[in-house]
Amino acid sequence: MELHDVWFVLIAVLWTGYFFLEGFDFGVGVLTRLLARNRAEKRVLINTIGPVWDGNEVWLLTAGGATFAAFPEWYATLFSGFYLPLLVILICLIVRGVAFEYRAKRPEENWQRNWETAIFWTSLLPAFLWGVAFGNIVRGVRLDADFEYVGTVWDLLNPYALLGGLVTLSLFTFHGTVFTALKTVGDIRERARKLALKVGLVTAALALVFLLWTQAESGDGASLVALGVAVASLVAALGANQAGREGWSFTLSGVTIVAAVAMLFLTLFPNVMPSTLDPEWSLTVTNASSSPYTLKIMTWLAVVATPLVLLYQGWTYWVFRKRIGTQHIADLVH
Amino acid sequence: MDLALAPETLARWQFGITTVYHFLFVPLTISLAALVAGLQTAWVRTEKEKYLRATKFWGKLFLINIAMGVVTGIVQEFQFGMNWSDYSRFVGDVFGAPLAFEALIAFFFESTFIGLWIFGWDRLPKKIHLACIWMVSIGTLLSAYFILAANSWMQHPVGYRINGEKGRAELTDFWLVLTQNTTLNQVFHSFSAAFLTGGAFMVGIAAFHLMRKKHIPVMRTSLRLGLVTLAVGGLFTAISGDTLGKVMYEQQPMKMAAAEALWDGEEPAPFSVFAYGDVDKGHNEVALEIPGLLSFLAHSDFESYVPGINDTNEALQEKFGPGDYKPIVPVAYWGFRWMIGFGMASFSVGLLGLWLTRKKFLLPAAYRTGEDEVPHLVLLKKPLGSRLTRLYWLAAVWTMAFPLIANAWGWIFTEMGRQPWVVYGVMRTEDAVSPGVSQAEVITSMTVFTLLYAVLAVIEVRLLVKYVKAGPPELSDSDLNPPTKLGGDVRDADKPMAFSY
Repeated sequence: MELHDVWFVLIAVLWTGYFFLEGFDFGVGVLTRLLARNRAEKRVLINTIGPVWDGNEVWLLTAGGATFAAFPEWYATLFSGFYLPLLVILICLIVRGVAFEYRAKRPEENWQRNWETAIFWTSLLPAFLWGVAFGNIVRGVRLDADFEYVGTVWDLLNPYALLGGLVTLSLFTFHGTVFTALKTVGDIRERARKLALKVGLVTAALALVFLLWTQAESGDGASLVALGVAVASLVAALGANQAGREGWSFTLSGVTIVAAVAMLFLTLFPNVMPSTLDPEWSLTVTNASSSPYTLKIMTWLAVVATPLVLLYQGWTYWVFRKRIGTQHIADLVH
Repeated sequence: MDLALAPETLARWQFGITTVYHFLFVPLTISLAALVAGLQTAWVRTEKEKYLRATKFWGKLFLINIAMGVVTGIVQEFQFGMNWSDYSRFVGDVFGAPLAFEALIAFFFESTFIGLWIFGWDRLPKKIHLACIWMVSIGTLLSAYFILAANSWMQHPVGYRINGEKGRAELTDFWLVLTQNTTLNQVFHSFSAAFLTGGAFMVGIAAFHLMRKKHIPVMRTSLRLGLVTLAVGGLFTAISGDTLGKVMYEQQPMKMAAAEALWDGEEPAPFSVFAYGDVDKGHNEVALEIPGLLSFLAHSDFESYVPGINDTNEALQEKFGPGDYKPIVPVAYWGFRWMIGFGMASFSVGLLGLWLTRKKFLLPAAYRTGEDEVPHLVLLKKPLGSRLTRLYWLAAVWTMAFPLIANAWGWIFTEMGRQPWVVYGVMRTEDAVSPGVSQAEVITSMTVFTLLYAVLAVIEVRLLVKYVKAGPPELSDSDLNPPTKLGGDVRDADKPMAFSY
């Protein structure tokens, strides 16, 4: 295994970490409309992710920075090619971050309601668009000999990619629902478990079609195993949810995300962005990667820093391990 | 193509708008994180309530500010790929590494520990909670360091080679990129300017309350801390500005010649106080100058030769082939002056304030004031009259934003002064843009960002004003009795959270 292969795996790990963590953040954002019955419940939902959402989002920035450093060509093609969808995602992440921080800073009803509306839409849209983006990455896009994207934004909205978007949206919502069941007390917890069943079944149906489609187009033995794990763990997550084992249910929905992302990256390898115009023009781990020296430095960085990050982020979850309910929300303005 | 709508022009405007905007929040974040950490340390060590109230007050303003800094920073991580894909392809091997270091080391640190600090008041024992804000502070400094190392490489590329076959720059010495003198001087200069900014912010807000005789104990302490920060930050900004200038005279003589509108080399060279000239013909029509001072600024002696814009342009043509290697001279010239002028004006307010509010040194005993009194402003032997006192407080309030203007012009100067290069001597800006991104796409994103940023600026400033006017919060029982166990004490299990969104 050469260093650029290692970095392919590490980039996959970073995206997996991002989808695992911000996945439930997005899901919780969607639930502010889908599950919460009143303002107090909305606040409970938002506060389940309050201390951690910012740290979770750094996984995306790290995936971006690491792709820039390890695969500059991939970084350049991906973000210039997917320009408008990325713009929408960036706008959403900007508004969403401000919404979390500013919502409770004024007592006016309008002010708070507007930020709540913002939280819903800015969680839903990126959850959908990341799936669209990854659908296109896996399937390939129109790249020319200079690795420039020559398609239009409409080419990116093809049925396969749109289905991918629905899968991430529903999967993240499911992930957020079982997270809510794990982190709350009272009525909202019971309703989260009931909702998890419905969202989980929809997710299972969509994911099965999408993953089988992927497998049929470009899968191999390894990706089939990942597909199996993804589907099995999703079913198991549903079972655990019905049995009231919330910790297991959340862990297993996490495994589903890990396995599904793994499957996409397995079908992608050794490409990082296939060209649908000419296989010769595909970006691969070899032609997109940085020099061995840069990859070596980056590897040292990853080896030293990643365990530390996991350690202190894990510690944060432990510090805020208590469930919260409406009784924990002060009525004061902060 | 019409130059005004050329892809390069549009992409540069977008970068300028989003980056200058982002940098309004960065220096305040850097300095306020450390100042809040200092205040909280004082609370933990002395248990004086005024320190805790100050921590909460400045902490709140810090959070309102950092939220904007964080979200506008997300754009920065991606826009090199979006608008500058040829740049990214060419330099990613070198330039990507410091960005990845920044994300993996600094961003994680900052973002994780800020969550712990915000929500941790009733979940963490006092000292661990204090450690969290120090971690945030370290995170902000590390973040700035790595990004400045990346920028310094654009100013003065080192530790790389050109791989002709792959058509790109490749890293050969990462340590050199992190420790070259451009990096160290830029870091020194930016850090001091950040503290100048935070100091001025603190002084301005403290003056606002002291003028109204409100929240005196907390604001008195804040004024003192702000004035010291402002004066020390200002002093170091001036010193580091001088050393960075000398480095730039060696590395980018064109930028510095443009900063002085020095068209032809002179020995000794004068410092320009005011100039108005004809850029096309390459000379000044009106010039007010201090003889010899520029030679001193460039090389520490009053006699030496300093090359001018025209000579440097010829030298660069010889080296890199035909072309115009001049930046937009008026922007460089005035940008340089606004940077120094606004920064040093703020520094002077700080120095003056430090003298006027001195506690004992050469101060008649009768004018020494207690903890709950507004300090007298004593010029020599007697306090200033009420009108002059009010004038000083007002000056402090109105110059609060001066360092922000200075910072913005500093960046505009150093980035535009480097043109036509994106990486000095290696890659031109016109070759750096994304060839596949259409004019319409760039105009769309630029419009969206500009409008969104304008709306957010209004929201943010109004929120700041609201919380500034509200003053330091009263302390509650739970504020004064922090938990002793990680995750919060059991007796508090059903209490509302100390902080919630």
